[in-house]
Amino acid sequence: MLNVGKIEEGFVLDHIKAGKSFAIYEHLHLDKLDYPVAIIKNARSNKMGKKDILKIECDINTMDLDVLALIDHNITVNIIKDGEIVDKKELTLPKQIKGVIKCRNPRCITSIEQGLPHIFVLADEEKEVYRCKYCEEKFTGWN
Amino acid sequence: MRHLMSPLDFTTEELDRLFDLANDIEKYPAKYAHACDGKILATCFYEPSTRTRLSFESAMTRLGGRVIGFSDAASSSAAKGESVSDTIRIISCYADICAMRHFKEGAPMVAAEKSRIPVINAGDGGHQHPTQTLTDLLTIRSMKGRLSHFTVGLCGDLKFGRTVHSLINALVRYEGIRFLFISPEELRVPDYITDMLKNRGIPFEEVIRLEDVMPQLDLLYMTRVQKERFFNEEDYVRLKDFYILDRYKMSLAREDMLVLHPLPRVNEISVEVDDDPRAAYFKQAQYGVYVRMALILTLLEIQV
Repeated sequence: MLNVGKIEEGFVLDHIKAGKSFAIYEHLHLDKLDYPVAIIKNARSNKMGKKDILKIECDINTMDLDVLALIDHNITVNIIKDGEIVDKKELTLPKQIKGVIKCRNPRCITSIEQGLPHIFVLADEEKEVYRCKYCEEKFTGWN
Repeated sequence: MRHLMSPLDFTTEELDRLFDLANDIEKYPAKYAHACDGKILATCFYEPSTRTRLSFESAMTRLGGRVIGFSDAASSSAAKGESVSDTIRIISCYADICAMRHFKEGAPMVAAEKSRIPVINAGDGGHQHPTQTLTDLLTIRSMKGRLSHFTVGLCGDLKFGRTVHSLINALVRYEGIRFLFISPEELRVPDYITDMLKNRGIPFEEVIRLEDVMPQLDLLYMTRVQKERFFNEEDYVRLKDFYILDRYKMSLAREDMLVLHPLPRVNEISVEVDDDPRAAYFKQAQYGVYVRMALILTLLEIQV
């Protein structure tokens, strides 16, 4: 069993679907952070069989967590202070996502207009469908 | 300030007011002849569409206003690389209202976000063409007296036809609508539309042959079946006659059925049908001017 030490101040993303932690690392831009980050892949889980965990030693408010819900809203977000879990954050699907995912429709105005952010809006909460604000192209996943 | 991006931007009550105004314009054109004196419409057409552009120009001219604009991207500053956001900021200084057609989907929405004047989406790629849908609805309401309780046949290319998708989305807001989708397998209505109809409990059927359902229809919306949409020539030759409306198929229809078509037609409606009193497609072009007149007045907030 691999042991990764506790963090003192920061947050832990638990119950990430196995293999999804790198997508989160990328989309939260954790590579640009000057804080300790631990990625644990394929940890054993009673609930999920296998899961990923991310430990990040920085203030959660510096993060745009909207992207997390988009990747997997079942992720558990534990806020850590003095080495203890002091709060858990519920993830909800954001109504709008700006500058995180790109519209892949080559006929969309976002493909040519300078400085236009890619914005997706939640079109169907039940089915978790996001559509481009401009051309209504459906977001079909990260890959 | 309001813009028009999608036919669903207006509630059904707002549409009723718009159509009442259009019908009043039809009845008393002289009353509106100077309603837009001193106002300027900019027609910013990044791709050619003679009919839609002329319809807008006719509408503004009949209201006493004037028109400026361009009719393709090559003759606009887009050819020099100017963004839509910059263009509309400039157009806002020159005109009071803008009708924009663009080959990129969502371009009129980008314009609306930066504009100081109302922007009308006059067609954006394969996405929306709201003034066509308003034209279709006004034609139906004017000639039938209502927009509810119809069996609506949509025939031809139901997969790529944006006018078809927009009309379905607009009609589902009214009671008692039933759809019959008449198309070859290859050109069926997309799943997201049939899913939406199932979710809302709106009855529909998908059929292959037009003549099988003609007697059931209150409205028939024809579109063109293009040869290049088929996987092979054999299927095209086998199926194409199913989607050509001729005098024989009209003989199977009800006396009060209406035939609509967004135009231009090529050969999907035989010219022998043109004189049939149920053929509403040329009248539709006339209603297109009235609805654009009503829209210009509404967005400019001009009361007559």
